[in-house]
Amino acid sequence: MQDRLFSALKGHNADYIEIRLEESKSTRLIYRGERLEEAGRTAGIGGNVRALVKGGWGFISFNNLENLSQKVTLAVEQAGYVGKEESKFSPSAPVTDRVEVEFGKNPLDIPLAEKKALLDEYNSIMLGIPQITTTSIGYADGKKKVSFANSEGTYIEQNRIDLTLRLTAIAGKGGEVQQVGLSTGSKGDFSAIEKLHSRAKDIADRAVALLTAPQVKGGPYTVVLDPVLAGVFVHEAFGHLSEADHIYENPQLREMMVLGRRFGGKHLDIVDGAAVPGYRGSFKYDDEGVPATKTHLIKEGVLTSRLHSRETAAKMGEPITGNARAISYLFPPIVRMTNTYIEPGTTSFADMISDIKEGVYARDWYGGTTSLEMFTFSAGEAYMIRNGKIEELVRPVVLTGNVFTTLENIDAIGNDLDMNQGGGCGKAGQSPLPVSNGSPHIRIRNCLVGGK
Amino acid sequence: MEEILDRAQKAAEKAEVFQVLSHRTPVHFEANRLKQIQTKETVGTALRLVKNGRLGFAQVGGMVNAGELIDMALETSSFGTEVNFEFPAGQSYRQTEIYDPAVEKVTIGEMIELGQKLVDAVASSTPGIQCEATVSRSITTCRIANTQGGHAYYTKSSYSISVEGVLVKNGDLLFVGDSRSSCRPIIDHRLVTEEVLKQLENARRNAAITSGVVPVIFTPMGVAGALLSPLISAFNGKTVFDGASPLKDKKGAKVFDEGFSLTDDPTIPYQPGSAPFDDEGVATRSSVLIGKGVVNQFYYDLRTAALAGTVSTGNGNRNGGLPSPSPHALVIDSGQVSQQDMINDIKQGLVIEQLMGAEQGNILNGDFSGNVLLGYKIENGEIAGRVKDTMVFGNIYQLLSKLEALGNDSRWIAGYARTPSIYLPAISVSAKSG
Repeated sequence: MQDRLFSALKGHNADYIEIRLEESKSTRLIYRGERLEEAGRTAGIGGNVRALVKGGWGFISFNNLENLSQKVTLAVEQAGYVGKEESKFSPSAPVTDRVEVEFGKNPLDIPLAEKKALLDEYNSIMLGIPQITTTSIGYADGKKKVSFANSEGTYIEQNRIDLTLRLTAIAGKGGEVQQVGLSTGSKGDFSAIEKLHSRAKDIADRAVALLTAPQVKGGPYTVVLDPVLAGVFVHEAFGHLSEADHIYENPQLREMMVLGRRFGGKHLDIVDGAAVPGYRGSFKYDDEGVPATKTHLIKEGVLTSRLHSRETAAKMGEPITGNARAISYLFPPIVRMTNTYIEPGTTSFADMISDIKEGVYARDWYGGTTSLEMFTFSAGEAYMIRNGKIEELVRPVVLTGNVFTTLENIDAIGNDLDMNQGGGCGKAGQSPLPVSNGSPHIRIRNCLVGGK
Repeated sequence: MEEILDRAQKAAEKAEVFQVLSHRTPVHFEANRLKQIQTKETVGTALRLVKNGRLGFAQVGGMVNAGELIDMALETSSFGTEVNFEFPAGQSYRQTEIYDPAVEKVTIGEMIELGQKLVDAVASSTPGIQCEATVSRSITTCRIANTQGGHAYYTKSSYSISVEGVLVKNGDLLFVGDSRSSCRPIIDHRLVTEEVLKQLENARRNAAITSGVVPVIFTPMGVAGALLSPLISAFNGKTVFDGASPLKDKKGAKVFDEGFSLTDDPTIPYQPGSAPFDDEGVATRSSVLIGKGVVNQFYYDLRTAALAGTVSTGNGNRNGGLPSPSPHALVIDSGQVSQQDMINDIKQGLVIEQLMGAEQGNILNGDFSGNVLLGYKIENGEIAGRVKDTMVFGNIYQLLSKLEALGNDSRWIAGYARTPSIYLPAISVSAKSG
């Protein structure tokens, strides 16, 4: 394979060329209520060529792996059509490596019948709760082998397994319908989704409780986020803004995101890194062949670095971070997050809520999105806080805000960091990319909560 | 395909092969200039088979090894659902115009020229704005064959253009943008850029809105982005069958304003959502979901229809897996009132172009809330400026039960929905400023 890719890369006139070939196999199980809606297997083979000529890119994706050299020629031709300036692309030392799968209990060794039996257990627990009208369950595991070679002499073979599970319980009464979900996953360890029986019961109970829960009155509140939701918050509100491809060509945004700018208090540290091992966003090399790193985006409240591809790093004159990722051979790599989290502080949860007269305790996530400056994310579960105590369950809340003011408004950071493995990130049509995010409990003053 | 079907028939009782070939060429502009040209060729093949009365399913991207595909499908069939429907037999389909050979003849040079016009029109209007634009053409061929004698194919051409601008001003980020798509080449960039220039004009200043209940106008983009997804969920035959749709017992009942009609229409010539048959080989048709405010029908694929004791409405579409009910092209009937007259009618109110996070609420219940990503405050019948740090909150069943007016400005959004502006008497607003 190595020789084949290198020979296809030879003899073309471009500043940089890479070839990526991918083989994948996956299994999917989907339930709606008692019905096993889909038991399906998928396999795929495909590849792409990306070429850089005078600052312009050509990209060809294909299923037919014959005549690679011709495909390289076409990509170089397309890039030549675009390029009109000098290419800027940060150097990365050539590497030859093969990365094997890391896993605990390999899901690919487990028979479909056993996977189904486990999901049946969760499903019957949820369906056994009165007023649960239906459920939905989505399970997927997949193995992917990527062979990557570039015109600088790098050849890398990486294998990985990804696994996700989402359980949703839907309760109904009269015209009311409420749902609560649980998302989790792992980088190839099936045991991560075992023993969730009591959590399956919890989400079903909570969906029923929501039928009669009141709605929060909209407006600004002091909000305490649990580690899961705070993780979504740091991903949505700040992580995307750290992706250099949003800002590298925009002088005003570069000014807005200038390194050294203060974003929050001295207690605030935010990290992203695929080199942090064992999570769904972990890997050894990114999709440009750059070794993974761990990057301090914010240190003691100050912006210290950002996430880069080789092109954005060169254009901004900053170090490469190994954050260029492609969800599949159908897409070129773009700047993405990996494992993103707020580092733990010193405040206990009890201290964090003790002086809140009226606030909202928001737990778990339902979704989140960003427009860089503004973000919204929704909690899966919410409670009122009154006079330092967690009080009644309320309908799930949507929180929104401006990232600059909201990070400043974080006034307490807990001591209980926890990582969430259930997320999938979408950007530029590439979704869901395996990532993880996490945080300790955090408290935000003056956070806008949607409601009547 | 024939080989797979022949071999599958020997290994199972019934089988169906579905194959999509596509060739897409997008040209991308970034930071106001040409950045990347892509060529994407894909082929995907899916097999459904029935073995011992149970459904097996497998699919392959790329070159197909018939034996491997059949083995994978057989493996899943031992767990599959009991099959309660028949693959449709051979039939003739309505002629649907969805292919224009002119799309294949558009050159990369012409696409680059059009993309540059998109960027230039927006960039020249507003100093400092950074635009991304895409011009894309594609040809898709879809084939289906089953052991009940059904076999059919169509080829669809499509062409789409889009531009998005980001403007940073005094620490504010403003995002504007619009897109168009068609089965025929799009020649005139102004279809998109004039809408974007209007957005820029309306957002030139910021305006603070106070929390409370105000009248609201959803523009066509606002309707498609914020109001449709709860309806898509509620009219899905599967949601109805599972008892999770709030409309499950409402067939024949007047739930919406009598001016409100919603149709799924895959028969409109040269619309990217149109097709002669769905991804199960069932003839498509125009389905009235809401007629003058009354819940008229839900939409189904073969399997859900069989479960619910009804017939497929030709809405079995695949999104990377087995077919499941999904709409082709939703059309909301237009009204008589111009958007300007709606604005003139409002003393204090809101125009919503884009809501962020609208899909994150409890869609099943019709609840939605979102941050106004692009929207304007109306003051004394005029647009006063862009609102920021503002959330709206509502329930679409309450909102759509009484419309103030429907616009005469219907247009297609992203090729999947055609809608006018909708003027609603009241929506809850939470704003940070008060």
